[in-house]
Amino acid sequence: MSATHAEHAPGMPRARLARAWLRYAVEPYLYLSPALLLICFVMLIPLAIGISYAFQSINLLRPFDAGFVGLENFETLVGDGRFWTAMSNTFWWTFGSVTLQFGLGLGLALLLSTQFHGKRLVQALVFLPWAVPTFLIALTWSWLFNPVIGPLPHWAAALGLLSEPYNILGDPDTALWGPILANVWYGVPFFAITLLAALQSIPSELYEAAEIDGASRWQCFTKITLPFLGPMIAITVMLRAIWIANFADLIYVMTGGGPANSTQILATYVFTTAFRKLDFGYASAIAVALLGVLMVYAVILLVVREKLVRV
Amino acid sequence: MAALRRTPPALVAGKYAAIAAYVAFALFPLYWLLKIALTPDALIFSDGTALWPSELTLDNFRTVIFQSDFMAYFRNSVIVSLSTAAATTLIAAAAGYAFSRFAFRGKRWVVALMLLTQMFPLLMIIAPIYKLVAAIGLLNSLTSLIVVYTAFNIPFATFLMQSFFDGIPRDLEEAAMIDGCTRLQALRVVILPLTLPGLGATLGFVFTAAWSELLFALMLINSNDAMTFPVGLLTFVSKFSVDWGQMMAAGVLALVPSCLFFLFIQRYLVQGLTSGAVKG
Repeated sequence: MSATHAEHAPGMPRARLARAWLRYAVEPYLYLSPALLLICFVMLIPLAIGISYAFQSINLLRPFDAGFVGLENFETLVGDGRFWTAMSNTFWWTFGSVTLQFGLGLGLALLLSTQFHGKRLVQALVFLPWAVPTFLIALTWSWLFNPVIGPLPHWAAALGLLSEPYNILGDPDTALWGPILANVWYGVPFFAITLLAALQSIPSELYEAAEIDGASRWQCFTKITLPFLGPMIAITVMLRAIWIANFADLIYVMTGGGPANSTQILATYVFTTAFRKLDFGYASAIAVALLGVLMVYAVILLVVREKLVRV
Repeated sequence: MAALRRTPPALVAGKYAAIAAYVAFALFPLYWLLKIALTPDALIFSDGTALWPSELTLDNFRTVIFQSDFMAYFRNSVIVSLSTAAATTLIAAAAGYAFSRFAFRGKRWVVALMLLTQMFPLLMIIAPIYKLVAAIGLLNSLTSLIVVYTAFNIPFATFLMQSFFDGIPRDLEEAAMIDGCTRLQALRVVILPLTLPGLGATLGFVFTAAWSELLFALMLINSNDAMTFPVGLLTFVSKFSVDWGQMMAAGVLALVPSCLFFLFIQRYLVQGLTSGAVKG
């Protein structure tokens, strides 16, 4: 017992110091090394290689035509009408999805923050879409839009939204609404969960005090709830937008970017160029452009965040 | 709020109507999937948009399970998802433990590196990954999928595990170590039992993520033997797009593991996020 105490006393011998150094400088990296090695070899090194591909001609269908080509891929990109269509589609896809997901998610969160019968069951049921695999969401919704087996075209025609029950995924003017609706179905629970957690962190004393002072429900919502949730909402929405802009699964499965390129977003354009045309150089150039757009957006996000925090 | 003041009955009715609408919206697509899967092939067209099938059958499920490749796809997906979940949880637990219990040189850089991997579009690396995997001859093998998925999920799983370790008081293992345990013994005897729910949650999250991944699986797998469920189902859909009943039966089967996980996790969902929000 006394021996152990002596070892912990100040003025440790050199060997102890070395052991302490080993413990505090080396030991954590021992635990981290598998994670770091995998991330480096599977994500960071391929990322660097991917960026370098953007400046090369790499097409698996033309294996002898490979090599560095400078900015040629980007020059093609600027003149590529599909690329600019994909750019504007990315915006509408992200904007439409986020707005609807957020609006419906906020409504759901407000409902779930009140008391009602069967709340636990309702909560479990409305969060279920969040757990459904995305490829299955895409297939299910494309089946729902199919007039042969799905009810949606018939309902829309009965309501007068469509002239006759046809598949909106086959019409360039309406096709993007298909994946957006599927994405809304999938994303509402995410917003509801985050916003519900935030709602529950607002101290209830505030509402009690407001009620004693005679505030209406609407006043409580605009004067207490919104100011409290504001900054959190802004950050969640903006981060979610990045995630959705990169989210290619739904569109790829539901329309493959068609008809006539009308649902192609940058992320699906990257995938179809790499997967169907095996043109890795051009795909990487599109990906780099997407990364650039996202980085500009991230800078805007940081500025907005700064403003919000200062207020 | 509602408990505090007397609510007019019209508002209560409106509230319940809104709740019913949300539940219907959430469940209808899944109900339709199940409905078509249970409708006999001959009746799919005559039933049309009827909300209830006029006859029920399990034939579609029987065909999918016994006369198609879907069970092989299902098995491949289970192998990939389970291995990914186990490997990721183990590696992320070690990394999360290091983040939670040590203050070390370079920690900020390592955290920044992990956050970086969450920021860039993953599709950027689909071409390089394909070339690397092809170069080491692992195309069409489940191993390559497991390695790739494990790396993708490590950052998120690490932060998740770190938050679980942060919730366990440091004093517990320090007391054990003063009593003569080594760090590993302290981990096994004191920390492991306390962190089991956290390990379970991480396993579940990674399993579902690996179960639903499609694009990298499409790129890296094209032989029928090694297809995972999403790839198999998609290939089936593009080849035989008229066997509606069978496709939807396969879809219902794909839903089973995710739903099981969801039932297990959903009660912790809001609680966990709430305590996190209060802390921050």
